[in-house]
Amino acid sequence: MLDGQAALGGALDPPTAPASAGHETGEPEFVQLLTPDGKRLTHPEYDVEFTDDELRDLYRDMVVVRRLDAEGTALQRQGELALWASLSGQEAAQVGSGRALRPQDMVFPTYREHGVLYCRGIDPIKPFVLFRGVAHGGIDPNEHKFNMYTIVVGAQTLHATGYAMGVALDGKVGGDDGEAVLAYFGDGASSQGDVNESFVWASVFQAPIVFFCQNNQYAISTPVERQTRRALVHRASGFGFPGVRVDGNDVLACYAVTRRALDEARHGQGPYLIEACTYRMGPHTTSDDPTRYRTASEVETWQGRDPILRLRRHLESRGLADDAFFDEVAADAARQAVELRERVLAMPDPQPMDMFNHVYVEGSPDLEAQREEFARYLAAFASEGPAMAAEQTGGGRHR
Amino acid sequence: MAETEIITYREAVAEGIAREMRRDPTVVCLGEDIAAAEGVFKTTVGLLKEFGPRRVWDTPISEQAIVGAAMGAAMTGMRPVAEIMFSDFFAVCWDYVANEIPKARYMTGGQVTVPLVLRTANGGGLGFGAQHSQAVENWALTIPGLKIVAPSTPADVIGLMAASIRSDDPVIFCEHKGLFASKGPKPPEGHVVELGKANIVREGSDVTIVALAATVPTALTAAERLAAEGVSAEVIDLRCLIPMDLTTVLTSVGKTSRLITVEENPHQGGWGATLVSVVVDEGFQLLDAPVKRVASENVPLPFADTLEEAVIPTVDKVVAAVKAVVNF
Repeated sequence: MLDGQAALGGALDPPTAPASAGHETGEPEFVQLLTPDGKRLTHPEYDVEFTDDELRDLYRDMVVVRRLDAEGTALQRQGELALWASLSGQEAAQVGSGRALRPQDMVFPTYREHGVLYCRGIDPIKPFVLFRGVAHGGIDPNEHKFNMYTIVVGAQTLHATGYAMGVALDGKVGGDDGEAVLAYFGDGASSQGDVNESFVWASVFQAPIVFFCQNNQYAISTPVERQTRRALVHRASGFGFPGVRVDGNDVLACYAVTRRALDEARHGQGPYLIEACTYRMGPHTTSDDPTRYRTASEVETWQGRDPILRLRRHLESRGLADDAFFDEVAADAARQAVELRERVLAMPDPQPMDMFNHVYVEGSPDLEAQREEFARYLAAFASEGPAMAAEQTGGGRHR
Repeated sequence: MAETEIITYREAVAEGIAREMRRDPTVVCLGEDIAAAEGVFKTTVGLLKEFGPRRVWDTPISEQAIVGAAMGAAMTGMRPVAEIMFSDFFAVCWDYVANEIPKARYMTGGQVTVPLVLRTANGGGLGFGAQHSQAVENWALTIPGLKIVAPSTPADVIGLMAASIRSDDPVIFCEHKGLFASKGPKPPEGHVVELGKANIVREGSDVTIVALAATVPTALTAAERLAAEGVSAEVIDLRCLIPMDLTTVLTSVGKTSRLITVEENPHQGGWGATLVSVVVDEGFQLLDAPVKRVASENVPLPFADTLEEAVIPTVDKVVAAVKAVVNF
């Protein structure tokens, strides 16, 4: 397996695999540049020479995003967030692909891409604004070329395709400085009609887009075998563009395949599908209990493929980092987590009147009337109590 | 003096779009069969020829992609006019209509606007069956962030199309299939009808009839018949559901003291319910009789034309409702 064509073997065997799910045979092979025990492989098509500093930086990124993510789960458990969608286990897929982006590239995330967001240089508090229920996000997509989280499963793939078609129409592809689009989605979303429609459109319009599927094996409780009978990477050939399966817990391989796919897109070669085989170590969100639908032994198997541990082993085996480095990274991550926690707890609550903002560009007489009426209602509570408030709302709004 | 040019409602759709495409290069059209075929209802005749394939675009049969692409284009500063062939097919792409387009501005804190128009052939009366005949204006009425337009005349098609395309908010533009062959004066260049301004199409003193799109000619015919029986009906063409011109309605009710709505949507959840709820709340003391809503029955549209006619509002039903409230 030193050529990097490592097979998944039985790794994807579900607890109750349908007879012909196609996964248990180990097909197809996936790109791997770093084995779980930290051995560096090469690959004839997808490979990148990483400097020592780059390897250490990738390690730091993964440690930090895992630590910040853990803070999200903790804050939710302590009642400080409404919900948290943990990326735990998917650090390599997110950091590898996120760091492969060039500054001019545009990202369309799902609701779990906290690691990509971090790599994009965005203040990591942004997802916490959303999941604390303070605002819907309020991210300016153009500032960091990272769109707002998409909650409705799969919808962002069409947003991304339309955007990518616009990039092409604007003549921004064809060279090293071309713009590419990276659209994230999951194994569950692959069953959505709009995801498949986005494949069609991206293909026939030769859009500069990379579809990055983090196959984390579960759509809430539904295993990937209920989404597809064959590996998702095969979808690409049917739609008419290349696809590659990658070890999603291998940050080097994720980086290499994403960089290659993005570069092809920016040079006008059209779309690319990446299936990153990974595992969601935690629940879908803090609202579900994964022990109800998967076995402890399966989780244990995937713990043995931990994305951070394998890079640490690699750094250690090559003497590129010592205990002082690992301690310093851990301290750095902890410091960032503490800082983030303090900022989350200090976040001001939104004001009731804020709910009327940004519904229309040009206003709406009815909405304005509701706004005024609600303001009177609130003011009456403050001064006269509920009885007065009820009286205040009795007036007409249209004449 | 030149004679006023007459134009069909169908022709007015293409004319209204073309006028905006001439004045604004960011206006583009996309949809199934709209370019080479010039629309299955012939509502986009001449657009491909005049503006070319970069601005008038035949798409795959992917409603979600049509609307999603229009959203993306609008977010980047274009003013797309997307067609959903039959309004019933909004259900196929409802995620975009309900969850994505109307909320983008709100959820980005006002940083992204979505100035698009979703045109659609709406309504019944042509025997197209349960899944190609619905009047669905009220579907969108439950969704803050959308505007809803439903013109009744060729002049209003052109004037409201101009206002809709120029609006920075997303607009659902319902073209009534039953009106495509109707005719009216072609308005002069530059004709714009402000969104949210109802039109008093017939003045009267005994009862206010509020109608929309195809129910406007129904209401006008009923008003003619009622006039012969000594009942003076004022007919209001509401034109838009969002914004809804309740001021014009309440002013009229202040004069007539009686109110009828004529709605093609099913009675359950129809736009008249929203309108009436405001009138009885804010204009209760103006009323001298109960309010009646003439709407479609709460059933899917039958395929058989005789049954379809029984379901949707008719002149007879309107006359009966008016008599009931006038004689109360």
